[in-house]
Amino acid sequence: MRTSHTTTYLLIMLLWAISLPARAELVIEISEGVDGALPIAVVPFEVTRLSSPLPVDLAEIISSDLNRSGVLKVMAVASLPANPHYSNQVQYPRWRSAGQDYLVVGRVLEKSPGNYDIEFQLLDVLKQKQLLGYSLPAKKRKLRSRAHEISDLIYEKITGTRGAFNTRIAYVRAQKNAARKYVLQVADTDGFNAQNVLESDEPIMSPSWSPDGKSLAYVSFESNRPEIFIQHLATARRTKVAGFKGINSAPSWSPDGKFLALVLSKDGNPEIYTLNTTTKRLKRLTNHRAIDTEPVWSRDGASILFTSDRSGSPQIYETPVEGGKAKRISFEGRYNTDASLSPDDQYIAMVYGDRGQYKIAQLERESGNLTVLTDGALDESPSFSPNGKMVLYASTRGDSGILYVVSIDGRAKHKLSDQAGDIREPVWGPFDSK
Amino acid sequence: MNTTTILQRWLLAALLAIFISACATTQEELMDGDGAPPDDSTQGQLDGSQTGGDSTSADATGIDDGSGGAATSIVDDSPLTAREAIEQSEGVLANRTIYFEFDSARLSDESLALLETHGNFVASNGEVSIRLEGHSDERGSREYNIALGDRRAQSVRQVLLFQGASVDQIDTVSYGEEQPAVSGHSEEAWSKNRRVELIYQVN
Repeated sequence: MRTSHTTTYLLIMLLWAISLPARAELVIEISEGVDGALPIAVVPFEVTRLSSPLPVDLAEIISSDLNRSGVLKVMAVASLPANPHYSNQVQYPRWRSAGQDYLVVGRVLEKSPGNYDIEFQLLDVLKQKQLLGYSLPAKKRKLRSRAHEISDLIYEKITGTRGAFNTRIAYVRAQKNAARKYVLQVADTDGFNAQNVLESDEPIMSPSWSPDGKSLAYVSFESNRPEIFIQHLATARRTKVAGFKGINSAPSWSPDGKFLALVLSKDGNPEIYTLNTTTKRLKRLTNHRAIDTEPVWSRDGASILFTSDRSGSPQIYETPVEGGKAKRISFEGRYNTDASLSPDDQYIAMVYGDRGQYKIAQLERESGNLTVLTDGALDESPSFSPNGKMVLYASTRGDSGILYVVSIDGRAKHKLSDQAGDIREPVWGPFDSK
Repeated sequence: MNTTTILQRWLLAALLAIFISACATTQEELMDGDGAPPDDSTQGQLDGSQTGGDSTSADATGIDDGSGGAATSIVDDSPLTAREAIEQSEGVLANRTIYFEFDSARLSDESLALLETHGNFVASNGEVSIRLEGHSDERGSREYNIALGDRRAQSVRQVLLFQGASVDQIDTVSYGEEQPAVSGHSEEAWSKNRRVELIYQVN
């Protein structure tokens, strides 16, 4: 009898799927702490010669940036042994005995009302010499941006790695008890300078930066079903690129900016597609009864990582863009989703479910070693900084989603400030997003 | 309940389990992944107006013996109009939320029985359409949860179709974890959020 034969076959497959073993890998859990971070003092900049007070505290912005990196530890202002503003005012032995390796001094000069020159110097306390000295012009509304730029210069000089403080992040803010419930925003990497990109009564999801930093792709439910849009940030001009029957979700830009990877269920099941943003041609990449979603491109654009539950639980897979076999990438644990690739393709940050807790973990691709970076119960949406040194993510605390950044060694974890409402799905923009 | 009905229900449950857990793959497929060459891939111009038609899995449609609707219909015997039946605050049809286990789109026996009633009602009332809104709890990643909500809505859709509802009468949408029914971070809240809501409309 045909039906009983089918049933027997299905039962056998079920039993086999249940018995799949999990491959054991090394799991390292790192707790918070900044041991080994390099000590640096940032003296508040001299602003006494200005006609009106500055709207921002430059040294505070820089200090906050450097602290978030986890590589540097900034001395508390109250503990500073002196307040020099020029390098020739610095008595190096005092800073040395205060345990500092580096010192930043600076001042703001007013060229005309609202037009400034920010001068600063980075000093090596041990060698008693200047490492950097800059004078940067800044209009009033660009002061924060200039401060982040200074953080980048300092960070790169000390670590040899390009800084990513002067870039932008995008995220969705859900407002409770407000007329407009969902707002897509972009902000500085410290959470300040937030600007609205889209407001809607219906959910907004999955922002993805174009590689040139000029546009966002996102999912909007404004028509009571999910549709994918591309919006140019400066002009607010937008185009609907996918509004098929079923789900239209998880857009992700290719590194060359010519394609979007996205998830459509128009053929009955969530599958990964690529969309040529110029010709609008769609190409289906996966063909599997399981859930396939959350595509993300490799740096060379040759392959796409995605989440699939084809093994019985969600795991990360990789498939060539030109067609071919998908390969399983994650093995440790029953729940690994939402991969973010480091800029060098060596690491995957992902949501790692373990004993009912959802944390951000980093998987080293070559060794398969997994490092748990966070300690929340409901952490999600990891996103690498463009220099690959930090991971931005959302954590649910109480009734709200809050953004955090964690250094990739897991040592430094900081909450981003200026956050009202329930914030989710942060994504770090490219170097060019400023 | 006659033997045919029991067999059908059992088969449907088994089938949905397979459809949902995506286990109906061979070992080679699992190890090798998709293996779909680009030439075989679905291609098309994107105009946003495509309708997928009946997008059920091959397994789900292949097993239909054409005798669907063996379950007793409550509604057919009722003198109520479709609108009145929908607006009733009590009775089986007033129960319009289907709940699920974590990371699962499998329907319980109770849900199957309830959906058979809904399916019969939709099937015998052509002026009725139904929107299936799939949801998940807050755990894990948001896009995966969108896919999970979609899968749950598809599970419900399969049963309604099996009972004779037409493709044109059913619309599905997934909100993932974006619109919880209940706030809170406990299993009590989560269990109420893993759901498909059946939303009726009389045309």
